[in-house]
Amino acid sequence: MTNIASQDKQTPPALSRPVVNASAAATANRPDAKSKIVAKDVDFYYGDFHALKKINIVVPEHQVTALIGPSGCGKSTFLRTLNRMNDLIDGTRLTGSITLDGADIYDRSREVVGLRKQVGMVFQKPNPFPMTIFDNICYGPRIHGIRNRKLLDEVVERTLRGAALWDEVKDKLHKSAFALSGGQQQRLCIARVLAVEPDVILMDEPCSALDPNSTFRIEQLMEDLRGHYTIVIVTHNMQQAARVSQQTGFFLRGELREFDDTSTIFTNPSDEETEAYVSGRFG
Amino acid sequence: MVNNTTTVKPHRSNVTRRKIANRIMLTLCMLASVAAVTVLGLVLFFLISKGFSSINVKFFTQLPNHVDEKAGGMSQSIYGTLVLLGLASVIGLPLGILGGIYQLEAKGKFASAVRFFTDVLNGIPSIVIGIFVYAVWVAPIAKLHPGTGYSAFAGGFALGIMMIPTIMRTTEEILKLVPFSMREASLGLGATRWRTMWSVVLPSARGGVITGIMLALARIAGETAPLLFTILGNEFFVTHKVYGIKVPTLTAPIDALPLRIYNYATAVDPEQQRMAWAGAVVLITLILVLSIAARAATRGKVLEEK
Repeated sequence: MTNIASQDKQTPPALSRPVVNASAAATANRPDAKSKIVAKDVDFYYGDFHALKKINIVVPEHQVTALIGPSGCGKSTFLRTLNRMNDLIDGTRLTGSITLDGADIYDRSREVVGLRKQVGMVFQKPNPFPMTIFDNICYGPRIHGIRNRKLLDEVVERTLRGAALWDEVKDKLHKSAFALSGGQQQRLCIARVLAVEPDVILMDEPCSALDPNSTFRIEQLMEDLRGHYTIVIVTHNMQQAARVSQQTGFFLRGELREFDDTSTIFTNPSDEETEAYVSGRFG
Repeated sequence: MVNNTTTVKPHRSNVTRRKIANRIMLTLCMLASVAAVTVLGLVLFFLISKGFSSINVKFFTQLPNHVDEKAGGMSQSIYGTLVLLGLASVIGLPLGILGGIYQLEAKGKFASAVRFFTDVLNGIPSIVIGIFVYAVWVAPIAKLHPGTGYSAFAGGFALGIMMIPTIMRTTEEILKLVPFSMREASLGLGATRWRTMWSVVLPSARGGVITGIMLALARIAGETAPLLFTILGNEFFVTHKVYGIKVPTLTAPIDALPLRIYNYATAVDPEQQRMAWAGAVVLITLILVLSIAARAATRGKVLEEK
């Protein structure tokens, strides 16, 4: 830590310099990509703790955006601001603006329930409900008013196929979701998110509790989903970020230090600490 | 631990002493639990030896018969207790469970005040609750319509009040055990907080909530004090017909097992005393059944494998 802090002192300009430009550059590199989520000057506080500092980022549509950084750097906090999951925690405060398709998600008139339908989330630990596989998937559609059994059957098959789980569970749809392995449970959770037909899927270290084989399947799945969904993934695993994402953002001590094309971040980062982190010198 | 000559080596005698202390304390723990179970065993033994002989079919089907006590029974007390438990549940369950959910979900000064007053309510002696219900319900009604006032309603009300804090507390504690990740999953899918509570959190904690309810029922089933001022006692089971179906008259005085036991146990007639023992056996059995049901409910897994 002291080592990093001293580095920080040596390069004060890096704090403000690359971030905004880099994010603009990231979308500029891909003129075809529409910007889906735009965060502008986002500050976030847990009580007195200043967890996010002036975050500016543009997440392009239908791509995978990875957020990396050491523990406690704010990447998960930032992810959770995108579907207002932090609202559940007392004493949190956000300033700045985050827009989804141009509309401010923290606007007073914005229904958080509708936002979360549009921005689904996959969590670190698989968290299926204590229900059958079928009911797990139907939970979302049902709360949004779909009761028709035929329609639900279709949703279940489509989403389980989408999550590459159908063949493994098609004969035990009405068994407990807890009977599945960890990796299967996580794919079930992804299918469950797909069932509410979101535009954006947030993934908070979705593979950290899984073995390499299951991780591989989920990464493949992200690749398949990318064409239809905008995916933002927080990961501790830099190789994973390099494999699955098109853009990567590096968080450190609540700041977005650098945000650029994944290949640039991993081969030619402009920020010294980004380079130190991606080359494994700390973190 | 460390290969360092300066560290003190544990002496053998020290180890032996610790072993002995360990043995002694574990034995004491075991003896304490044996003592508790022994007391229960003795109570059951006395009850059964004194009361079992008076339990027969008539005991459950007949009303008291003062000409020939042996031909009579306590059916009105047994029905009465069941009616009172039902009435108490109607008041205690919704208020207790919804209140427990509120305490879990709400934060801030008001919520902690509610929590504090719930604990106070839990500590109020049952006889005080009886007097309270007498003062706010039985006495005013008796004033308006002399000769009425004591009723099944009043008794159920008193017992229901006693259930509320217990159920609130157990519900809150059990719901707290449901992993936060489960709620996040539901909220993350766009569910409201109530929907999350109703469809995910409560079902996950179903066993525990039911256990809390059963234990609360078991507790109030044996309460006598709040009934003294509210139901009066009755040697008949008063019913009337609604659409041709016989239903208990809730505005009439009603009987209950603990109250009947209290009345008979303090009577001079040895036959009535025997009936009191028998009533106690039935009451204990009822409470035992509720407790066993509570155990069964917790043992049932969250979701049975099909």
